[in-house]
Amino acid sequence: MSILIIAEHDNTQMKPETGKLVQAARGLSGEVHILVAGDACSAVCNEVAALDDVAKVLQVEHASLAHQLAEPMAELVVGLAADYTHIIAAATTTGKNFMPRVAALLDVSQISDIIAIDNDNTFVRPIYAGNAIATVTSSEATHVLTVRTSAFNGVSTGGDANIEKVDFNSESPLKSQFVSVTQTESERPELTAANVVISGGRGMQNGDNFALLEGIADKLGAAIGASRAAVDAGFVPNDMQVGQTGKIVAPQLYIAVGISGAIQHLAGMKDSKIIVAINKDEEAPIFQVADYGLVGDLFDILPQLEQAL
Amino acid sequence: MKILVPVKRVIDYNVKVRVKSDESGVDLANTKMALNPFCEIAVEEAVRLKEKGIATEVVVVSIGNKACQEQIRTALALGADRGVHIDTECNLDSLMVAKILAKLVEQEQPELVLLGKQSIDSDNNQTGQMLGALTNMPQGTFASEIIVDGARIQVTREVDGGLQTLSLSLPAVITTDLRLNEPRYASLPNIMKAKRKPIAVMPVSEFNVDLTPKVNVVKVVTPPQRTSGIKVNDVAELVDKLKNEAKVIS
Repeated sequence: MSILIIAEHDNTQMKPETGKLVQAARGLSGEVHILVAGDACSAVCNEVAALDDVAKVLQVEHASLAHQLAEPMAELVVGLAADYTHIIAAATTTGKNFMPRVAALLDVSQISDIIAIDNDNTFVRPIYAGNAIATVTSSEATHVLTVRTSAFNGVSTGGDANIEKVDFNSESPLKSQFVSVTQTESERPELTAANVVISGGRGMQNGDNFALLEGIADKLGAAIGASRAAVDAGFVPNDMQVGQTGKIVAPQLYIAVGISGAIQHLAGMKDSKIIVAINKDEEAPIFQVADYGLVGDLFDILPQLEQAL
Repeated sequence: MKILVPVKRVIDYNVKVRVKSDESGVDLANTKMALNPFCEIAVEEAVRLKEKGIATEVVVVSIGNKACQEQIRTALALGADRGVHIDTECNLDSLMVAKILAKLVEQEQPELVLLGKQSIDSDNNQTGQMLGALTNMPQGTFASEIIVDGARIQVTREVDGGLQTLSLSLPAVITTDLRLNEPRYASLPNIMKAKRKPIAVMPVSEFNVDLTPKVNVVKVVTPPQRTSGIKVNDVAELVDKLKNEAKVIS
């Protein structure tokens, strides 16, 4: 039996999460097939086929799959499921959206956001905002899993998997329609894939002050993140939020600026290799997890830091 | 329209959880419990739809032991009309909850089911999507704005790259993100009024759902603790440490 991975992509490019799913699947026995579901996505299929350790790529193109909406995605994956022991997607907003639908249609329990695979039916996942780590074992015939990709490295390329086209004709009438998407434009690396992340919190005081982080981010090749307080105050868009309910990051270097360090924020970044905290409140909980702390006014420190780099 | 709002009783979000020393789970004895924050947002949204004249009735349901009636009362004090308590001592996973809710949906025939996107204890983010599958309803997950427009509902969703808008036919399932609204505080008169609102108690056995767990917890442990590092005196020292000690920048 085999493992089915569902590729993360935007129809033109494969996202780095896909390679991390392949790495995660190395903890399982069985050959790896990758499903690329989308519309006009052959470039993605070629990229996916080049990943190491991939036996086969399933290319499924249909207009209804262009935005990977939950209903057609679930119908497609359930149709393929009989050949697989494990079905795996990334715990991104896309994977979180369609996978539970897949699991329910297959009548199996899903295991979300796994950070380690012990064996074919034993998985490790954080609960309570990452304050406890549960090891669970599943007796389901099909394991439907989402993976926290920040817990795995990507695999290298050099593979040459076969690409097989699979037809998909949705039987069910469309109950949900795509209307529009507003993408946040950024030249910077993607938050979840960046080696360095610099984040601002309520201490930034307003959205304009986030410009103070940009010069530093440029010099370090960093992505810019934010705490929930900064997002809720409208300083920056919500897709920059790092935390339990935002994105989970684990970069080499995480710089938290004007962030107190609430449980929910720590859940999103405490697996970073090195954490730096810049905060004027010496008692802020962020200093309890920071490798290097600097107490002081961020409006003095940030320009100095930019200059020093 | 009738709106069904499933809510969950969870540990209060400010509580620092303790893992039991026998590694069997998290210690919930004598800890402060509350309405899951995402569920509270779902209740608030349903009440706002009622205040706009779009919803006619808001029904709140919670599944668990008797203590979860406290959270149903909280929702009633926020403006829901009546409660349903599905009584069980069992530990349920998302699929079991979704199956029970699917049967309740069949009985109640709501046009909209509003749930939180995830509970802050199990962090699963599954129930709404599973309910959508079992009832064959379309889903709008991680909603930050919803607009009811006749027989359809327009949902703006928080996705990784930004915001995505979908149009769903009703009946539909929607799960709430944090930015959908800011829940109100229940006033004392409303808390008093909520005491007179009805809560129907139904034993879980009435729903005929298999509650045998397929996923079992082997152990629950405390994550590796980070220890606090050092405080540096100035920017020059910080940059020096990052370059020469941590070697994370060059």
